[in-house]
Amino acid sequence: MSPKTERLKNALETALAGKLTGLVVDRGQITIEVKAADLITAMTLLRDEPSLRFSELIDVTGLDYAEYAGDWSGARFAANYNLLSIEHNWRVRVRIFAPDDEFPLLESVIDVWPSANWYEREAFDLYGIVFNGHPDLRRILTDYGFIGHPFRKDFPISGHVEMRFDPEQGRVIYQPVTIEPREIVPRVIREDNYAGRK
Amino acid sequence: MAEIKNYTMNFGPQHPAAHGVLRLVLELDGEVIQRADPHIGLLHRGTEKLAETRTFIQSVPYMDRLDYVSMMVNEHAYVMAIEKLAGIEVPERAQYIRVMFDEITRILNHLLWLGAHALDVGAMTVFLYAFREREDLMDAYEAVSGARMHAAYYRPGGVYRDLPERMPQYEVTHGRNAEQIRKLNENRQGSLLDFIEDFTNRFPRYVDEYETLLTDNRIWKQRTVGIGVVTPERAQALGFTGPMLRGSGIAWDLRKKQPYEVYGKLDFDIPIGTNGDCYDRYLVRIQEFRESNRIIKQCVDWLRKNPGPVIVDDHKVAPPSREAMKSNMEELIHHFKLFTEGMHVPPGEVYTAVEHPKGEFGIFLMSDGGNKPYRLKIRAPGFPHLAALDEMVKGHMIADVVAIIGTQDIVFGEIDR
Repeated sequence: MSPKTERLKNALETALAGKLTGLVVDRGQITIEVKAADLITAMTLLRDEPSLRFSELIDVTGLDYAEYAGDWSGARFAANYNLLSIEHNWRVRVRIFAPDDEFPLLESVIDVWPSANWYEREAFDLYGIVFNGHPDLRRILTDYGFIGHPFRKDFPISGHVEMRFDPEQGRVIYQPVTIEPREIVPRVIREDNYAGRK
Repeated sequence: MAEIKNYTMNFGPQHPAAHGVLRLVLELDGEVIQRADPHIGLLHRGTEKLAETRTFIQSVPYMDRLDYVSMMVNEHAYVMAIEKLAGIEVPERAQYIRVMFDEITRILNHLLWLGAHALDVGAMTVFLYAFREREDLMDAYEAVSGARMHAAYYRPGGVYRDLPERMPQYEVTHGRNAEQIRKLNENRQGSLLDFIEDFTNRFPRYVDEYETLLTDNRIWKQRTVGIGVVTPERAQALGFTGPMLRGSGIAWDLRKKQPYEVYGKLDFDIPIGTNGDCYDRYLVRIQEFRESNRIIKQCVDWLRKNPGPVIVDDHKVAPPSREAMKSNMEELIHHFKLFTEGMHVPPGEVYTAVEHPKGEFGIFLMSDGGNKPYRLKIRAPGFPHLAALDEMVKGHMIADVVAIIGTQDIVFGEIDR
């Protein structure tokens, strides 16, 4: 671990004492985990604490752990907040798991960083994570009137409906998909030291 | 007096100034904008979901199609994510080639931005000039990868092949006689590096030409000075990166602040603006032309002197040579496994970002140890910029919307993914 990562780690541990539920340093990058209930207080601290100063929210990523490595037992949905500090020139990822798998609900950080607006709309659209307190939680990337959350692992890659022009009705209609999903290269997870890999 | 109410107007998705498929719903009070609601997603192809069903290498060409005016830089972030996750060391020559093509791509991107921005604001000529230079750079793309745009040239572990010794030549057709062809081929007699060097010698003069047309142009200044002002604090809160952030006066460039590949060894400067308006962002990007040109010159110089491998020798990651494959059983097996099953990336997650011409382009890659990514998230620089459009256009005239869309350098391939 480089001295800078070490410094960031210590600053995070001091500032978020009691709120951290996990801290992983992997390949020089830090991921921290915070409970969903502490989301807003932790994020405000991360932004305002002079030793951290994460002034930019770079990205919010929805995550669906349903099929992770074939044996996932924790909560299914998480949001991953990617933060950047311009002042200190460092980054951190904050992972928040939504407690309820059936209705994933997190607080919106739009009051902490206004840039969260579209990121949260995207995570809602693609994963169905609902952000409490978001003023305008509409779909963003999918079609008007789209049903379902396409990036969830149980949503098929070919979708449920397809669109075509119907000459009889003289308009575009939706119908169930007529193609089968096909997998050319199957997904394989090899054992740990397969072919001399560490 | 009759009561005058606000009315809404639909802009796009088919509009020449919408830079693709942007649909804007504008709420107007007379000609002044009260609210702008961009509707995006008309070009959504689900790249991230598709990548989950493809092997790592099969997703490289998808990256070209994200921001389709800066193809190779997108690939760069993606292959860097794989390399970081799998712990692959890239040969130095490949790093220089990547940096050189990143900067060529930056010029390509800024040329299209400059042409389109000026055209939107009403200057026709710049567009034609910009496309003249783009042609040369696309020829460089074609010489190295075989494709003018969607190159798929960067691979995990290096680049696909070394720079060609010979530039492709124009041939005589019924439209052009031998004399014209000779002129066109004049700077294509040597290798690709000679061709690029010739371009870098000519390019500063071209930038002067664009500046003559625009920098002191009264109409251009009237349309851009004081339009779409963003303060440094606001730019950070809104998640701006790249020239949009630098235009507001924050010296932030990943090539300097978090150097990747060989940027740490190269000599270049980061231009910044002071007022955070469209004109400052224009000046920043114009200066970036010159800085990119400097970087390309240094790369050409280094690449001439240092031959060497351009991709790792690890056949779990990069394919063996055709020759070796046809004469050696082990190489044949490697080749077969690599192209049927793909490479295996150890479990873990990583975020890598590059300084894309538009801002910070990041890839968040999560692997569970399989031959396909578990989750790939693309952090598109244009996404937060467009999200801030509402704030930037509020209170401006309707014609300024076009200037602000232009200054944001919007490309829908990356925003809609």
